[in-house]
Amino acid sequence: MATMSPRKTDVTGIAFSVVLTVLIIFPLLVVCTWAFADVWRFPNVIPQQFGLRYWHDTLARADVWSALWISIRLSVTVTLLSAAICLPAAYAFARLEFPFRNLLFFSFLAAHAFPKFGLLVAIAAIFLQLHLIGTFWGVVLIQLVGTLLFMIWIPVAAFQSVDRRMEEAARDVGAKPWRVFWSITLPQAGPTIAAAVLLSFVGTFYETEGAWLIGAPRISTTPVLMISFINNQPVIQYGAVLSMILWIPSVVALIFARRVIGSGAFARGFGA
Amino acid sequence: MATLELSNVTKQFGPTIAVNKVSLSVGDGELVCLLGPSGSGKSTVLRMIGGFATPSSGAVLIDGEDVTKVPPERRPTGMVFQSHALWSHMSVFGNIAFGLKLRRLPREEIARKVEAVLDLVGLAGYGKRRPHQLSGGQQQRVALARSLVLEPKILLLDEPFASLDQHLRERLREEVRDIQQRVGITTLFVTHGQDEALALADRIVIMRDGKVEQVDPPDIVYRAPRTPFVAGFIGTMNLIDGTVSGGRLDAGGLVVEAPIADGPATLAVRPEFLTLEASDAAGAPVAHRVTDYGTHLIVDIDLPGGERVKAMAPVAEGWKAGQKLTLRPEQIAVYRDGAAIYRSAADQQQASVVNG
Repeated sequence: MATMSPRKTDVTGIAFSVVLTVLIIFPLLVVCTWAFADVWRFPNVIPQQFGLRYWHDTLARADVWSALWISIRLSVTVTLLSAAICLPAAYAFARLEFPFRNLLFFSFLAAHAFPKFGLLVAIAAIFLQLHLIGTFWGVVLIQLVGTLLFMIWIPVAAFQSVDRRMEEAARDVGAKPWRVFWSITLPQAGPTIAAAVLLSFVGTFYETEGAWLIGAPRISTTPVLMISFINNQPVIQYGAVLSMILWIPSVVALIFARRVIGSGAFARGFGA
Repeated sequence: MATLELSNVTKQFGPTIAVNKVSLSVGDGELVCLLGPSGSGKSTVLRMIGGFATPSSGAVLIDGEDVTKVPPERRPTGMVFQSHALWSHMSVFGNIAFGLKLRRLPREEIARKVEAVLDLVGLAGYGKRRPHQLSGGQQQRVALARSLVLEPKILLLDEPFASLDQHLRERLREEVRDIQQRVGITTLFVTHGQDEALALADRIVIMRDGKVEQVDPPDIVYRAPRTPFVAGFIGTMNLIDGTVSGGRLDAGGLVVEAPIADGPATLAVRPEFLTLEASDAAGAPVAHRVTDYGTHLIVDIDLPGGERVKAMAPVAEGWKAGQKLTLRPEQIAVYRDGAAIYRSAADQQQASVVNG
């Protein structure tokens, strides 16, 4: 008869988990503490005084609200444009045969296959000629490049995983091709595509290199402003408060992802 | 209700001819089974009727109207797929109502029609469920209901029970037959299961390598197969190559009367038409293996010529492996050049001669 061996304590596993948690949580805790520290001087381990003083100061700054508004506009615009351009392309890659299909498909990896800053500098040189430096649409274009990978590769996997017989069944009961796409293909691929859209939005919201190189000095996104606060301001709290504000979109996105999309969609998006 | 006509329909995929000049007429309310091994082209024929594949040449006519180039959404056909192809993001009601909504029927009429068809397939009250909450058999019934609710002229079933277990398959095929007869809808049913075809069909179309081998009612296909392929594909058939000489065919040591011209020929005899008697003659056929199926025995017999044949015998006869036997064929057919050239009448006993 088989007997169950007593469950051993996995010391290595626990130690690994603790180290990982500390490595992730500790920096967050430090930032969080700084954001709510009105007075925190060396050598004290915890702040001498907690409060919301720097929140009031930060939120009273016009450049913060301007940067937040630019970031939101930028993320929404880039995500919508990316969806409009990439989703039909992804459908074509998933469903149609055309010359150089594979070459074109892998070309979308190119933006991520080289050191990003070098690519950005090369693009910036072109944008300079086109008078796109320091413009909103210049930043939109550079951010679009960064979203191509998510918005092509993940939706291609999503469209490929939709059972063709489901689409044929819809045509069989009278649906025209566009209706089949709208009522069957899109809802079937929807959760995975939503995951890609989410990654695109969050990725754009937090992107700094392209936004700084192309947008500066007139277009300043929230992460770019945060970096300038951290680098140029003697008061750490401004940067900490802005960091916490920047967490909001990713937290909202993650809650949305877990509730609406489901964790499986991300895995499916990557072909799991 | 409707008639269907295929006229020299051919489908070519690159250099491969999947369907080769298939012609077929299906009468109003008839249930026709397309039967054949994998790759015989039967599903391609069905897909061409449904509009999911366009014939390379030939024509598809429904009620005399040429629908060869008509897209699937405008064809008066309803298809049930092997994989059910239910839309998992919709409820059972949503799946069935989808086609009715596309036709812009009033909401009350849609509800009434969906309820009626769910009742027809024995799933009344299942409308709110999701496809994943149903068993395989129930899912297939929803797929059937989805097609039937639109009252198509032609119902197309593409191996609808292939993914179900044997017991459920038998039950569902009886239900489908009942529903088909009640509704009186012209139906084409693709299967590679001969039992399914024999149980369901008014006529069976046997396909091989993209061509039609025989089109006949099940009893004719079983009792009078036109080609050795059909003979071997439907049921169990002993096919033994031999030579005719002087009106007698010697096939592996089994000698039968065959009033045909001399030359090579193939003897075909079903296991149930081989009666067995004990023998003590030298060189007589020997029972190699005896399998008891409860209702009957299947005896594998080694002929003197080295061929092995099967015979069906009552359990009471109690044959054992190693016993010497005399074989008495009661009904035979003889094939030459791929066609039947002689068939003994059902009541005409053949004198059996066993080597030795």
